[in-house]
Amino acid sequence: MNFIDNPGKLRGFEKHIRVEKVSRRSILKGLGVTGGFVLAAPVMSRQAFAYETGAGKMPHGVVVDPRVFVAVAPDGTVTILAHRAEMGTGVRTSLPLIVAEEMEADWSRVKVEQAHGDEVKFGNQDTDGSRSTRHYLIPMRQIGASARTMLEQAAAKRWGVPATEVKAVNHEVVHSASGRKLGFGELAADAAKESVPAIEGLKLKDPKDFRYLGKGQVGIVDLHDITTGKARYGADVRLPGMKYAVIARPPVTGGKLVSFDPDAALKVPGVEKVMQARGWPWPSKFQPLGGVAVIARNTGAAIKGRDALKLTWDDGANGKYDSVAYRKELEEASRKPGLVVRQEGDADAALKGADKVVVGEYYLPHLAHVSMEPPVAVADVKGDKAEIWAPVQSPGGTREDVAKTLGIPEDNVTVNVTLLGGGFGRKSKCDFALEAALLSKELGAPVKVQWTREDDLHHDFLHTVSVERIEAGLDKSGKVIAWRHRSVAPTIASTFAAGANHAAPFELGMGLVDMPFEIANISCENPEAAAFTRIGWFRSVSNIPRAFAVQSMVGEIAHATGRDQKETLLALIGSPRIVKPAVKDMWNYGEPYDSYPIDTARLRKVVELVAEKGEWGRQVPKGHGLGIAVHRSFVSYIATIVEVAIDEKGKLSVPRVDTAIDCGTYVNPERIASQIEGAAIMGLSLAKYGAVTFKDGKVEQKNFDDFQVIRMDESPGVTNVYIVPPGPDTPPSGVGEPGVPPFAPALMNAIFAAAGKRIRSLPLGKQLEA
Amino acid sequence: MIKVKINGQEQSWDGDPDLPLLWFLRDEAGLTGTKFGCGQALCGACTVIVDKEAVRSCITSINDVAGREVTTIEGLHPNGDHPVQKAWRQVNVPQCGFCQAGQIMQAAALLMENPKPSHDQIREAMAGNICRCGCYQRIENAVHLASTGV
Repeated sequence: MNFIDNPGKLRGFEKHIRVEKVSRRSILKGLGVTGGFVLAAPVMSRQAFAYETGAGKMPHGVVVDPRVFVAVAPDGTVTILAHRAEMGTGVRTSLPLIVAEEMEADWSRVKVEQAHGDEVKFGNQDTDGSRSTRHYLIPMRQIGASARTMLEQAAAKRWGVPATEVKAVNHEVVHSASGRKLGFGELAADAAKESVPAIEGLKLKDPKDFRYLGKGQVGIVDLHDITTGKARYGADVRLPGMKYAVIARPPVTGGKLVSFDPDAALKVPGVEKVMQARGWPWPSKFQPLGGVAVIARNTGAAIKGRDALKLTWDDGANGKYDSVAYRKELEEASRKPGLVVRQEGDADAALKGADKVVVGEYYLPHLAHVSMEPPVAVADVKGDKAEIWAPVQSPGGTREDVAKTLGIPEDNVTVNVTLLGGGFGRKSKCDFALEAALLSKELGAPVKVQWTREDDLHHDFLHTVSVERIEAGLDKSGKVIAWRHRSVAPTIASTFAAGANHAAPFELGMGLVDMPFEIANISCENPEAAAFTRIGWFRSVSNIPRAFAVQSMVGEIAHATGRDQKETLLALIGSPRIVKPAVKDMWNYGEPYDSYPIDTARLRKVVELVAEKGEWGRQVPKGHGLGIAVHRSFVSYIATIVEVAIDEKGKLSVPRVDTAIDCGTYVNPERIASQIEGAAIMGLSLAKYGAVTFKDGKVEQKNFDDFQVIRMDESPGVTNVYIVPPGPDTPPSGVGEPGVPPFAPALMNAIFAAAGKRIRSLPLGKQLEA
Repeated sequence: MIKVKINGQEQSWDGDPDLPLLWFLRDEAGLTGTKFGCGQALCGACTVIVDKEAVRSCITSINDVAGREVTTIEGLHPNGDHPVQKAWRQVNVPQCGFCQAGQIMQAAALLMENPKPSHDQIREAMAGNICRCGCYQRIENAVHLASTGV
């Protein structure tokens, strides 16, 4: 929901929807009338919480101020700002729900408003890294408790009683001694005059009194709008006089426009203009690729016009990128020593002296995000002011980049965050918003830039392509005494700086150097790999290839030693302990290691829980098989069991999936379940079909027919989710991403159990049919 | 001049007769509930009901629906309380929600034709509608629920 267009008005048939400018100040009546109390530092009270998070180290840190996040209207309506982007995780419900819980607001009288991009005001807004609940559980509780305290103080003053005698209960403040009550609305004006209490002295609710947190009884706030077509996504923003644009971009990353002939395009009915779109050389972070824009009165005309363009491109150096050849390069690199990034004991010597060495070389191709909503943005640039409406995961970063690109002050840029029709990391990169801003500036009119599905596949910031090679040395008893893992993949850093050839610390920390097994001799290596296209974050990032390799290797070791997969896995995890990898400054998802260590007791626990609930070892029909995998990512622990069925023609189906997650203290178990159910689908999609390939520097796939994803008829029969109950002080951890990595290796372990065939190269495709 | 009835209201268009219905609905009529996902009838996000049949509006031209009745998500039920919509809310189906209008229209069309579809019939009828978030288990449950009455 954004402030500029009133969804109610869109139900009619107006050609153009009238825009109502409503300033934030007029919406935030009550507590939000004047702002100012801003703590741009980590605000964690050690007395109240036995852990710390990395929230304060994020750009712009955390802001704990009820006057910024909460408004109470005289009619009692409580408005809570959601400062994170909603892309399907439920964060727009979960974070405001935490505030409502602590302030004793009645959820049915709460309205959620989406914050625009302003990190000085709201704190960090990057909705990525499965961080929102983990970084904001405490601050949102503190904000709610502050608001509640201000309401209680106002009531106590009104009645002339000590504040200790009054208590907020379900949208009212109550003085039980006298039986008096005042609604939040009646107290709003007075509460706004109260000073904001110090965080250290705040009294937080006892979790046993929670009405909403941890219960999962609340539907998402956009549920009604989504089911009635009123929910506002990026493409649904309409401004008076708005033009519709699509852009023909260089087919090869780093390519340039040589010439174009607009004549045929200009003859298409509805096309108004054809113009060059400014581009930046590769790599240049999230700057647009440039090309030729077709401006029209509607999107259909713009697309038809673009089809009619005659274009000549210079493909540049990346025109040689070829996925078949590149795979060979990665494989060769994985067979030679590379940069050592973790070393314990002497893996070389131990492998030489091993009784048996099990080798697995795993290949995982590029993946595209293909969120159902392709990138889209609306911009209205007037003079030195710009307003953007876009489905962006990083409104603060978008604001910064729009300001830089247009050469105007950041204060002059407003970024309105619509709902995101899926994000998965793609919408952390704001190139589409920059394109709209540049076109609007040049046209002097509001513009919507719509990407087609083909654009999305051809110009994504792709998930990397990798070869993961693991050698495991076994002694005579079958115990693993040596482990060498070489991970070779172009790095996301290559999108920011030319020539970046090694994984960044955050990529190393995603399943390579944080490998938790109890093995005496470990070597993790990262040979060089050059990038030839834009590489970016994709849900779960490097954990996908690493978990695939490590957990497939567990299955291979089980087979080599004739043991059960689960027992092999538990033996490798070893004793319950805090793992301390010999890695200097190991990246731990940005979290302090003391609060978020690698705890093998928790890792074992999810394996044991899923094995129990998922009935590991159960008898399955002929042609069926069970596979298991576990992975810690985004500081959560997740284990998955997949049952596969393979018919005589090699056709695969998945009758059942069981997943156990330990994500620490949680807010909304119902949304955790939905994330894990979805992760099984995304995991199955990438395992069965996921591959973006290049030939002559160009992406070969065009749409959902050749970049397939799982549809309902091949989705798992049932996906069961089990959530580990948290201890009293277990810090919250990630949910959005951790479900994906264990799925593919559990699937491949299941396929091996069913058919005796080890799949080391993704996607599965027709490998079982051969 | 092409005339078409959309959600019970007469609309007319004198532009390009080949314009896909999707873009007429979204950009010309302001009915943005119908979504663009692929443009090639591969994902179902743009599903609307024409007369009594689910069609992909991205490959259906405005001319193809001349004189016919189009129902979009906005017109499925005056209060948004079609049994499918209610079931969707009861099951808390959506994640990002972008594909859901198309899913709901497809499910509504299925139930018009087959009020009590079996498990396999649901999975087959809904297979043209992609959900990248992966809400299929809940979609299936919601269609069951809608078919049994809520």
